[in-house]
Amino acid sequence: MDLNKRYTPQTWPDHPETATLEGKNKFVGFWLLLAAETVTFASLFATYLALKDKGPSGMEFSAAGLFELPLVFAMTMLLLTSSLTSVYAMYHMKNHNFKAMQAWLGITVLLGLAFLGLEIYEFNHYVHLGFGYTNSAFSSAFYTLVGTHGAHVVFGLSWFIALMLRNAKRGLNMYNAPKFYLASLYWHFIDVVWVFIFTVVYLMGVIG
Amino acid sequence: MSSNSQKKGFGATIWDYMTTVDHKKIAILYLISGGFFFLVGGVEAMMIRIQLMKAGNDFLSAGTYNEVLTMHGTTMIFLAAMPILLAFMNAVSPLQIGARDVAFPFLNSLGFWLFFFGGIFLNLSWFLGGAPDAGWTNYASLALASEGHGIDFYSLGLTISGFGTLIAGINFLVTIINMRAPGMTYMRMPLFTWTTFVASALILLAFPPLTVGIFFMVFDRLFGANFFDVTMGGNTIIWEHFFWIFGHPEVYILILPAFGIFSEIFAIFSRKRLFGYTALVFATILIGFYGFMVWAHHMFTVGLGPTANAVFALATMIIAVPTGIKIFNWLLTIWGGSISFTVPMIYAVAFIPSFVAGGVTGVMQAIAPLDYQLHDSYFIVAHFHYVIVGGVVLAILAGTHLYWPKMFGTMLSEKLGKWTFWFFFIGFHLTFFIQHFLGLMGMPRRVYTFGADQGWDLFNAISSAGAFFMAIGVIILLVNVVMTVAKNERVGNDPWGDGRTLEWAIPSPPPFYNFAQTPLVRGLDPYWIEKMEGNKEGMVYAEPLGDIHMPNGSIIPFVISFGMFVAAFGAMYHMDDHAWALPVLIVGLAITFGSMLVRSLKDDLGFHISKEELIADNERIQKEARALEGGKKGGLK
Repeated sequence: MDLNKRYTPQTWPDHPETATLEGKNKFVGFWLLLAAETVTFASLFATYLALKDKGPSGMEFSAAGLFELPLVFAMTMLLLTSSLTSVYAMYHMKNHNFKAMQAWLGITVLLGLAFLGLEIYEFNHYVHLGFGYTNSAFSSAFYTLVGTHGAHVVFGLSWFIALMLRNAKRGLNMYNAPKFYLASLYWHFIDVVWVFIFTVVYLMGVIG
Repeated sequence: MSSNSQKKGFGATIWDYMTTVDHKKIAILYLISGGFFFLVGGVEAMMIRIQLMKAGNDFLSAGTYNEVLTMHGTTMIFLAAMPILLAFMNAVSPLQIGARDVAFPFLNSLGFWLFFFGGIFLNLSWFLGGAPDAGWTNYASLALASEGHGIDFYSLGLTISGFGTLIAGINFLVTIINMRAPGMTYMRMPLFTWTTFVASALILLAFPPLTVGIFFMVFDRLFGANFFDVTMGGNTIIWEHFFWIFGHPEVYILILPAFGIFSEIFAIFSRKRLFGYTALVFATILIGFYGFMVWAHHMFTVGLGPTANAVFALATMIIAVPTGIKIFNWLLTIWGGSISFTVPMIYAVAFIPSFVAGGVTGVMQAIAPLDYQLHDSYFIVAHFHYVIVGGVVLAILAGTHLYWPKMFGTMLSEKLGKWTFWFFFIGFHLTFFIQHFLGLMGMPRRVYTFGADQGWDLFNAISSAGAFFMAIGVIILLVNVVMTVAKNERVGNDPWGDGRTLEWAIPSPPPFYNFAQTPLVRGLDPYWIEKMEGNKEGMVYAEPLGDIHMPNGSIIPFVISFGMFVAAFGAMYHMDDHAWALPVLIVGLAITFGSMLVRSLKDDLGFHISKEELIADNERIQKEARALEGGKKGGLK
């Protein structure tokens, strides 16, 4: 692969992420990794459901009493929107419009950071109420499930930022196009997991 | 090794192996380290059998016995059987599909080093305050109460090596999906490649639940979480579910590649194409699929209720069907073949009755009411050793003989190989057959001793005698390896003379780019087809000779794995309030993530071998082959 080869929107392939064998391998490999991640989160969800509201006798915390939907709804909107903006970024990647891609990725990162800020605020709030990690089986399962998702958000954001900085002066080529594509795929996956967390943990939790 | 690498000094060779991304060298690394752990696990097995040789023995204390027993199981499954099978997968399956390398050479190396450091970490427990002692299944109710750091060594060590295995699984899946040579359709893939493929899919889906379960264990023990602590609302059965959702597919991860090796052997040494190739392929897929539906048959006595037990009992019995299909296909492959009883073939023929015996006792245990009687007795020990030793270990020994020439370019001695076989095979049946009866007589598993009045003396003594036979067999194999390496008699492309698949069409060991020109596959058993049509080259080509793109070696996989190894110590000793523990954890993670970042930011585009270099290298290979031919004619006959 020649990094110095210059592309124009006309010579840029329709699917740059799978235009090389390396890209194809990464594409298939990453989907398989997401399959493994799906099983991981399925295990965490199963554990959470088994341990929901379970704690030492006389525990004062329950999902219905603890969670507040307005905050979580704001978080959901931020993350869903960031998924949309990453789609815009990939649209421009496929059209070989590097600046627009970087701009939309930047917006994605900002939305992701806002989500992360709210999540830290939320955890901090619960801990102040006395609902710490070691409080009960319920708290361990809750923080592990939602926290694992949060760790994925941190990793996804770091990935986006590293890619944007590294390639800021180089523009798009066949070497980094699959990387951008996979980072955005990862971001969608994180978003889908959050939709399940919102439903299973928060909505079903508040209903009781 | 080519004449090039022989000129290298010792240090340069070590560095070469530490930085290699070549699947054939990684295979050798897997074989050596897996073989080492196999010996460690074997010594642990001998200690168990010496302790149980007679009633009331005091060779091991009760506590030490628990550690030895736990480490025997854990080492054999995670650090011996799987890595040795990964060695064959690495050495052979890319060649079988006509690929120049695996899809992710860098990750291949990373997978190996993660496994290696995880295994070392786990075994360091012997020297740092005691090994894990809650059995290889590490049930939470036992593990949470275990004192010292044994269980933490287990959890963190298996986490690290588990990541390595997951990476290897993804790598093989992508390699087989994307890197097949032109004409190598799915239904022309050799059976060993097929079983590699399905086993990799099982790795992909089975290892995450184990990782999650182990993380819960780590959080519970080290960070005060309450997943398994019943007084805090936790549930200890969650561990059992996760462990067996992983653990049952795990036995198929082991046995499917074993089936693959035997399928190759039956076809090669019966000089016939596999009988019912299509049925064998679909049986493999079915076994992989059902493998995920039967985990609760390990938990019949937990009290899941009659409905759950009935469902899992039926699902378990169904697995016997595709397995039976395979047995009949192998028998019919031998039937009417022109059989040569080489060492691999002897192992393969011995495998069929041994494995069927283990399968039959497996179906017995699937009957839930009967399992209530058999549970936790020596009958279970006998059963799983019949499938694992009678299936997987025989396949590993057979595969070692079969693929040794392809990996190292020399042949293991057939004569010593037969001695190994007879000692090992007789010893195996002597050790484990009688354990069925010990179980039926009521001897529970995992006990460190028994009383003289219980009537188990004689059978235990016989069982221990068998273990010594197996040990002698393994020692003869080691002698065989040393002698073969010392003699260093080189062999040609197809040393067995009846190779059918692509790996036998290229030199032993193959050049680092495997195929100078990508082969064109014209049917099942492509090398056999070309041989039958009188094609002296053994291959037809899908492309003209041209430059080949190859990946660069890298030390980064080693460094990433080393960082996790360091971090694991920090996480573990953090519990004891050592001031240095947290910095160690942070430094370890910094090494890991820092080197990952370096890998990300640095462009690594690989290099090209030019057409001229390929031609020169090909001339060297031809010359060596002619010298080999001449040597043979002038030598013995």
